[in-house]
Amino acid sequence: MSVASQDTAIRTGRVTRTLIYLVLLLFALFYLLPLYVMVVNSVKPLSEITGGGMMNLPEVFTLEPWAKAWSSAQIGVEPTGLAPYFWNSIKMVVPAVAISTVLGALNGYVLTKWRFKYDTIVFGLILFACFIPFQIVLIPMAKMLGIMGIAGTTWGLVLVHVVYGIGFTTLYFRNYYAVFPTELIRAAQIDGAGFFQIFWRILLPSSGPIAVVSIIWQFTNIWNDFLFGASFAGADSQPMTVALNNLVQASHGVKEYNVHFAGAILAALPTLLVYIVAGRYFVRGLMAGSVKG
Amino acid sequence: MGFLEIDNTTKSYGAVEVLHNVDISVEEGEFLVLVGPSGCGKSTLLNMIAGLEDITSGEIRIKDNLMNGVHPSKRNIAMVFQSYALYPNMTVGQNITFGLEMHGVPKAERDKAMNDVANLLQIEQLLDRKPGALSGGQRQRVAMGRALVRNPDVFLFDEPLSNLDAKLRVDMRTEIKKLHHKLGTTIVYVTHDQIEAMTLSTRIAVMNGGYVQQLGTPQEIYDAPANIFVATFMGSPAMNVVPAKVAMANGRPVAHVNLHDGQVAELPFSQDNLADWAGKDILLGIRPETITDEDAADRKSSNIAHMTNRIVVTEPAGSDTFVTMSLGGKDVIARMRSDANVAPGADFMFAVNMEKAVAFDPETEVRIAP
Repeated sequence: MSVASQDTAIRTGRVTRTLIYLVLLLFALFYLLPLYVMVVNSVKPLSEITGGGMMNLPEVFTLEPWAKAWSSAQIGVEPTGLAPYFWNSIKMVVPAVAISTVLGALNGYVLTKWRFKYDTIVFGLILFACFIPFQIVLIPMAKMLGIMGIAGTTWGLVLVHVVYGIGFTTLYFRNYYAVFPTELIRAAQIDGAGFFQIFWRILLPSSGPIAVVSIIWQFTNIWNDFLFGASFAGADSQPMTVALNNLVQASHGVKEYNVHFAGAILAALPTLLVYIVAGRYFVRGLMAGSVKG
Repeated sequence: MGFLEIDNTTKSYGAVEVLHNVDISVEEGEFLVLVGPSGCGKSTLLNMIAGLEDITSGEIRIKDNLMNGVHPSKRNIAMVFQSYALYPNMTVGQNITFGLEMHGVPKAERDKAMNDVANLLQIEQLLDRKPGALSGGQRQRVAMGRALVRNPDVFLFDEPLSNLDAKLRVDMRTEIKKLHHKLGTTIVYVTHDQIEAMTLSTRIAVMNGGYVQQLGTPQEIYDAPANIFVATFMGSPAMNVVPAKVAMANGRPVAHVNLHDGQVAELPFSQDNLADWAGKDILLGIRPETITDEDAADRKSSNIAHMTNRIVVTEPAGSDTFVTMSLGGKDVIARMRSDANVAPGADFMFAVNMEKAVAFDPETEVRIAP
């Protein structure tokens, strides 16, 4: 009897397993479909798309839409392509991610290893930043940028994103450092290391996983942000997302769908790359501290 | 004036005082062990010596220099932590020299100091490894190396052996003792393990509830515990404490203790001052190893008393056999030779070395004799 029941157990196992994989495969296909459409249509001439063959593979393969989207498409009034805006985005994202991550790490360090009275309340207040909707701060932020004289500049955008990101990065680092042994900090104090020496020499070298989480989170959020870019950027500091919108929403001339698709992929590429390169650290970092050992 | 002077020191967290007027003076080269149950304030006191906790009132001086408010790195102390606290991102060599580097010692000197220490602790082959790749005992050695390399005035050990397994703990205990003999350093060592305290120290401070209950050599603490807490905390199995009544027999004080069947055993005291307690109740403290069979009784003792009592349980432990009996209404343990002829349920004549007996005031629990 026991042998028979074991047999059926294995068989039902196989059936459910096949079912699970089938369902998963379907979901995967469903989610990959838009990417397929974008990639396929970005490498065919416009005539093939307007001819109605959106789902078909290209008859004539061409990279011209990519070249055009990158360097010569009409964005707003200038035929510059997306290239300058891509660099605008980079110039905004890199400092914003770096500054917000370092500040988050410092906050986490102070909140866990240099405890002071009411530090949990301070942490609670910082956490609030994670729940403030973007729209609420638009007008006061515009006023602030004006007062500081950095309205319409890349540094203005960097400031906005840093301020908005600190809540998240502080949360990550605080929770990570909370389980970091305090005895190590004390040992370093006795060894004569100061506040920043402990931070740079002891704490940061052990923060790899959580730094990756913070960087990925901040990078994708800031790169993909449209609202702040559209609201606070000047003509020469507009990020990629705003430029892509201007490209796609252009109301004159023929709608060059193949160029739009290429541009959209270009805009999404950096975040995709970050995920592919650092994705496994992301999961590892999110898990860190939640499981002992 | 001591080498390390803890002078009327207290510690409070808000309104709660956790250490009450601690006074300890440590001479150069002494090995002082702070021992007590968890929450007794021993680690807090150690952290105050280290400068990791503020001193609420009183003074701590090292070599006559006031340490209140002095940064930990400026006190010329080194500390070995319970978790070893090795920097996980640095190699063993970097761990050992980090303190020197922070104090601006040139590289050549650092390397020389590192090699000396590595040689002393026999960890030369580990210098390029990361702490994660070391065993518990090796980490322990590295942690000690990190403390030794700075050549500090005072070493502070915070329960350094409690993360090791039983065998390694005994080995490292010997190791620490050897090191102390060899280098003659001044050590303050915190532990909750009374055997560690007895074996390692030149002096012990037994702490409980934020008070130093007794400060003395291991022998003093063991033979003449200041109160019931010290008596029962130090020693394994713990000292037997039984209610007794003092009476006079032939002009000398004796203890009357109830046996299992309600009969009274008469155990004569060696201490004459207990005559003042005649007719009063006391608590009688008897170490398990001072209750034996006749043959194993201490020949040098001038005061062996005898009593016949019923054996309740015997626990053979290889080297000894522990015998439980009922005395004064309490379970009392005797530590017998393993070949003593004892059986549960039998009546047996015990020999009690009353020279080693201790008497306590039942009201205050303070020792009244010897």
